[in-house]
Amino acid sequence: MGSDIFEVGVNFGKMVLIFVMMVQIVPLLVWVERRGSAFIQNRFGPNRVGPLGLTQLLADAVKFIFKEDFLPEKSHRLVFYAAPIMALIPAALAFAAIPLSMPIEITQFEMLGSIWGPYRFVFQGYEIGIGIVFVLGVSSLAAYSLLMAGWASSNKYSLYGALRASAQTISYELALGLSLVGILLLFNTFNFQEIIVLQDKALAFSFFGQEVSLGWLPNWGVFYQPLGAIIFFAAMFAECNRLPFDLPEAEAELVAGYHTEYGGLKMNMFYIGEYGHMLVASALMVTFYFGGYSLGPWLTEETVNGLSQWIVESISPTIVYLMDIPFPESFAAIFEASQNKVNILTAFVFHGVFLGKVLIFLWLFVHVRWTLPRFRYDQLMDLGWKTMLPWALANTILTAIVVLVMRMN
Amino acid sequence: MSQLIPVFALAGFVIFFGILLVLVAALFGPKPKASKMKSMSYECGLVGEGQETTKVPVKFYLTAILFILFDIEIIFMYPWAIAYSDFIEAGQGLYIFGAMAVFLAIFIFGLFWEIRSRALEWE
Repeated sequence: MGSDIFEVGVNFGKMVLIFVMMVQIVPLLVWVERRGSAFIQNRFGPNRVGPLGLTQLLADAVKFIFKEDFLPEKSHRLVFYAAPIMALIPAALAFAAIPLSMPIEITQFEMLGSIWGPYRFVFQGYEIGIGIVFVLGVSSLAAYSLLMAGWASSNKYSLYGALRASAQTISYELALGLSLVGILLLFNTFNFQEIIVLQDKALAFSFFGQEVSLGWLPNWGVFYQPLGAIIFFAAMFAECNRLPFDLPEAEAELVAGYHTEYGGLKMNMFYIGEYGHMLVASALMVTFYFGGYSLGPWLTEETVNGLSQWIVESISPTIVYLMDIPFPESFAAIFEASQNKVNILTAFVFHGVFLGKVLIFLWLFVHVRWTLPRFRYDQLMDLGWKTMLPWALANTILTAIVVLVMRMN
Repeated sequence: MSQLIPVFALAGFVIFFGILLVLVAALFGPKPKASKMKSMSYECGLVGEGQETTKVPVKFYLTAILFILFDIEIIFMYPWAIAYSDFIEAGQGLYIFGAMAVFLAIFIFGLFWEIRSRALEWE
């Protein structure tokens, strides 16, 4: 019973932490977007409030709170208020299923007079066996919030924006789902953790019975599935309704699309949903095609382990020496060097690697938005159905044939 | 099922947070007097009629129906892809490939028939 309560507590803490992390990355991304667009367009961007304009976002948040809560005359009150809440859900649920770092194995240790058993701390919100299917299913719930917002606003522009958004989302979901079949054929698992572990080694495969090994490259999915990676990333742009696929919000045609009637904090919630979706897209891209939190032969686990061992062993005595207070016996154990601390430090180093990779892709999202022009709607649908879907099919068939020939013997 | 408990817990937490945000916005915002002109939905100055009278192209429904067909077909490929290597190792590689080849042939025929019958033309 006691361990059950402990488990529930840890899980709840993790969930709140991951959700807060997702919400907190949104203002940072908005700042990156505004400064980045200014950089690309040779402007200054927000640079007045705080250093480099960083506290502009805090000021924005305060402003959002003190804006009028507006309800249009003919709108449907319940759905109108439910839509922004609904917009938060898909990104949060999907992001919590993605492993952010390696699981931490904690061995038995004594603290505060009691023994704490061996525990496996999973560095993700929850470990779901059918990870990929779950994430795909949950993130396609985003279409509901768009439709709810557009329909409840009782505004023609909103309704057209919502229809466009949902039609576009479902059209690109086909190419998205199909491009992942190649990854499944290669790795034979739905589990994110297993996919990452399979990518965490030097590039090696058997070619007609011969072992081909390229020791200086990691075993990343992108080297096996370059076409799949491109299709997946492009489809993710469409799923997030980002330029060049931002037809739902085309301000020249539809005022602001499905959130025309929203303002203040409710508008901001749609933004949290959108940027959260971008975060999920980048994290999935990294997990499937760029090795997740691992760096293959460039940064092996042993190297990091050795480094963190050195850090922990050199820091712990210093802390014990500096804080020369008469500790109770049980508290002193907190500052002593142990294998658990080494493991935790290693996991956080790999978490940093993961975040670095995700940030590269998030920057790509921003860069593309301010570089490419918008599609026309028929071009958009043609690209989804007549170009990306056949190419994803071709990718699947080709992968199946190659895997068959390679693994036949 | 016990795997899904944390999922529902997180969903509940997110909904709670969202309701909190909406309430905060409603509480702290100014409440100026509403006028007829102001509470009209913004349609570039024209008098809004509500969404009951808005006509929507039937094309969107067609796209949604086609999407459901294709999406289910793609979902069928997932377990196939997972089991693929196991079948090859058991010496059944050609059988499992052939089975999916028949399925894919129907899939591709359907896609090209759709394109030929101009179901995907947007003008």
